[in-house]
Amino acid sequence: MELTRSQKEIQKAAQEFAKGEFDKEVTVELEQSRSYPAELLQKAAELGFVGLQFAEEYGGGGLGLVDACLVAEALCRKDSTMGSAVVLAAFGAECLHRFGDKKMKEQYLEQVTAGKMLAGIALGESDRGDDFTVLDTTATRSDNEWIINGKKRYVTNGGAAGFYLVLCRTEAKHAENSGVALILVEPDRPGITVADLGDKLALNSVALADITFADVRVPLTNLVGKEGQGLAQARAFLDEVKILAAARAVGIAAGAFDRALAYVKQREQFERKLAQFQITRHKIADMATKIELARLITYRAAADFDKGKADPTLSAMAKMTAARMAVEVADEAIQLFGGYGYMTEQEVERYYRDAKTIELCLGTRESQKDRIADLVIGKLK
Amino acid sequence: MNIITYSAEQQEFRKRLRDFLEREVSPYVDQWEREHLVPKSVWQKMGRGGFLCPSISTEYGGIGGDFRYAVIVAEEMSRTCCTGLAASLHSDVVVPYLDSFGTPEQKRKYLPGCVNGDIISAVAMTEPDAGSDVAGMKTTAVEQGDEIVINGSKTFISNGVNCDLLIIAARDPGIASKHHAVSLYLVEAGTPGFNKGRQLEKMGWHSQDTAELFFSDCRIPKQNRLGENGSGFMMLMQKLQQERLTCVLGAVPAAELVVEWTVERCRTAVQNGKPLIKSQAVQFALVEMLTEVKLGRTYMEKLVMDHIEGQTIVVETSMAKYWTTEMVNRVADRALELVGEYGTLEDCPIVRAKRDVRVMSIFAGTNEIMKGIAAKFMGM
Repeated sequence: MELTRSQKEIQKAAQEFAKGEFDKEVTVELEQSRSYPAELLQKAAELGFVGLQFAEEYGGGGLGLVDACLVAEALCRKDSTMGSAVVLAAFGAECLHRFGDKKMKEQYLEQVTAGKMLAGIALGESDRGDDFTVLDTTATRSDNEWIINGKKRYVTNGGAAGFYLVLCRTEAKHAENSGVALILVEPDRPGITVADLGDKLALNSVALADITFADVRVPLTNLVGKEGQGLAQARAFLDEVKILAAARAVGIAAGAFDRALAYVKQREQFERKLAQFQITRHKIADMATKIELARLITYRAAADFDKGKADPTLSAMAKMTAARMAVEVADEAIQLFGGYGYMTEQEVERYYRDAKTIELCLGTRESQKDRIADLVIGKLK
Repeated sequence: MNIITYSAEQQEFRKRLRDFLEREVSPYVDQWEREHLVPKSVWQKMGRGGFLCPSISTEYGGIGGDFRYAVIVAEEMSRTCCTGLAASLHSDVVVPYLDSFGTPEQKRKYLPGCVNGDIISAVAMTEPDAGSDVAGMKTTAVEQGDEIVINGSKTFISNGVNCDLLIIAARDPGIASKHHAVSLYLVEAGTPGFNKGRQLEKMGWHSQDTAELFFSDCRIPKQNRLGENGSGFMMLMQKLQQERLTCVLGAVPAAELVVEWTVERCRTAVQNGKPLIKSQAVQFALVEMLTEVKLGRTYMEKLVMDHIEGQTIVVETSMAKYWTTEMVNRVADRALELVGEYGTLEDCPIVRAKRDVRVMSIFAGTNEIMKGIAAKFMGM
């Protein structure tokens, strides 16, 4: 697997941007005040780092998921939190890009790729982001409108997004896949209540909220794609963003590793550099190996996606592997830093928390395994 | 079978302590986490209640209890999730230096205050460039007439902001041998030249006032040397067994609490239309976690009894410190994942638990140091 020249250039540009714009003290301030890095997003968007995989007519880069992954990795490597915040600005826009109509895309995607609007998608109704067996939000047709009722949980950018794609049941449940649709809801519609979920383990600068819809009326034309396609669309969206999440995890791990590596090469104890102790050397070797393995599966999944051979099995494997790897690598980085690793100042504890969040979102390890097993084992006779 | 058995008196002590903590500590922990400090008045209440330094003899106001009291305090404190009120550190790690090595005058002067909570203690070994390698410390103590002059800095000092009395390790620059140059000294807060630096921002232990400490021509009377001149390392080594065991007493109950929460959460949380606890994968994960916790509990109780009998269990406590602190981290890490996205919210008690337990495999000697010690003491 070799990156093209253009991909290498994009990677380099993202690295330079991150180097020039990210500042760990600013990050800590934004995290403490729970403020989104709006200016940073704007700058990232101006350089084309938001929506790289979206069509150019909507302000996207006209590139692929591999390119988007390269940027996600580079940004998260330099700052796990700011990188994640920038990548998550478009969280949900991926779905609109694939399934929305031209008018919707013109209206919303251009603003998202310009860094002027955060995207929103409201799928789950439990604390399992990929469990759609509970789907009680309804959209009832009335003349020219959908009337939406229900409560969505753990909505990223909830309360801050310029639109929400809401997974709704449009007919009574009779089969798993039928009667479900994605409907675009503008945040200023009457009947929407946003309940912020408060302080979090990580990513406090990115809003997370529960959203309640009480008789929220939107035009029938707000339907995304076709009725009955909602679940398939949601699954396809998750399969895509799991790869992006894996790329963030690879970046986070690489960033924690960079810091730990620099530290062990400089820190002396017992009149030796830490990097001269065999146990440290083997930890470094393990970390480097794990990162490389996760990187390979992540970019393999992204490359297949770009070739039109999106593989949900690979998406789930990449997300599960990369997130676990990032948690382990960041945890080891904390250990290598000793007492300093536990301090906010050295960043690696924040890298650990950011990595852990990736593991908990878009379905846990158990969920990914359920999905992989479904696909690998297939239907039993 | 319980390995540790408690007398009626000890059971009564536990009950009184639990009542006290439920009344005076648990309701305020969130507030102290936000304020990054536990008020000194709480230490005083705890001391007045008879819950600090139970090992100290009645002569100095304690109850002269055995190490079982330390177990009780550690277990009950674990349930409050209050890291700021570091009672075990004070009672079972720092004050024992004074109790074992102090002169009668030093003990008369300080021990009653340590017991009644007027004096919060801290121990300062770690320096910016001397963490695991304690012998690499640079802080100096030089005798000048009737005084000792201390210069240098210490970091990651628990109770650093609140402390009234500090036990500090410093070296005499006139002695070449690293191991014979270090002595321990008692420094009172407010002594000119002893400055408490900034409080450190950490991943967890938010209510704990971990701080940097600075010494600039800090003069203390010569009588404030603790123990024999140059015997600092001997004293530190002698106390490490109990210090490591105290870490185990923090880790095992914390892991038990995390598993308890997780099982409860898995009973109520639903996935794919059924309670999580009915998922085979979740059941296996919980069983694995509970197994680890029970192994930890068994080893902990055995070592407590060995310690009370006065056995030398340096290797075993090093092993237990490393294993139980890694175990509690494994358990908390796994628990977070089982609870799903709820595990990303501070509202979820496991989140704070995970942030708090992470330091256990680092403090009191990193787990790498523990393994090194065990290997060395077994003649490897």
